[in-house]
Amino acid sequence: MIVPFSHVFMLAALVFFLGLVCMVARRNLIMTLIGIEIMMNAAAIAFLSASLHWHRLEGQAFVLFILGVAATEVSVGLALVVAAHRQTQTMDPDAYKALKE
Amino acid sequence: MTLYAVVFYLIAALILASTGMAITRRNPVHAVVYLVISFLGSALLFYILGAPFLAALEVIIYAGAMMVLFLFVVMMLGVEAMERRGFSLTDWIPALVLGLLFVAVAGLAVFQDPSSRAVLRLATAMPATFGRYIFEHDWLAVEIISILLLVGLVAAVQLGRGKGEGKGMETPPRKSGKEV
Repeated sequence: MIVPFSHVFMLAALVFFLGLVCMVARRNLIMTLIGIEIMMNAAAIAFLSASLHWHRLEGQAFVLFILGVAATEVSVGLALVVAAHRQTQTMDPDAYKALKE
Repeated sequence: MTLYAVVFYLIAALILASTGMAITRRNPVHAVVYLVISFLGSALLFYILGAPFLAALEVIIYAGAMMVLFLFVVMMLGVEAMERRGFSLTDWIPALVLGLLFVAVAGLAVFQDPSSRAVLRLATAMPATFGRYIFEHDWLAVEIISILLLVGLVAAVQLGRGKGEGKGMETPPRKSGKEV
């Protein structure tokens, strides 16, 4: 009635790919976190399409937990970014190479 | 092609385009604003896929709370602090090659499976049904998520207060004593 299952799944795979590229290639901690968010969103799309495919609610329950985990991850991650920036005055992950202060 | 299919492909194009714009912007503020559009598109997609409650949560939590949090941090640290380095090919080519490999494998796996050709049938899980399901089957996971959020809150507060002077609760009295 809507579209084939595979098309929704491929959309999720493509969004995941964009998030992966953003996380790996960008040299900025903020953009790294954004890449993780995009990947979690792609996982949510995949879970929802599977939930609709088999007409089970487990997938939707998983998306709810993904939202909770993503919210926690982004708050702790941003706090870490702020703490790291306070020490080194830069957002470049390549600059964090000192083990001691 | 039904109207729902047209809407789905439009939303898919919107999500892919805005996400692609977001990950290539040099200015993080622009990236975050593009990402808000992407998450609003995802919320529409969730609604079509039969999860109106999760669509609302996506707008509130992802597009609302998280992106505002990102904007707060970008503004607090200053856009000048962000990267000014150009896009170097040595960063992007390995990521693109590995990512495209992943997409190729995923596409192969999905399209090989004959059951994936089945067309999705419309169905909607009403929020009341969904809530009843969650608290009948997954109540323990809900509690675990709430504890996880509490731990995240404590961690964010502890990391955010910084080194300052003193790490314990005695900081304020000591500071006032020094001033006197």
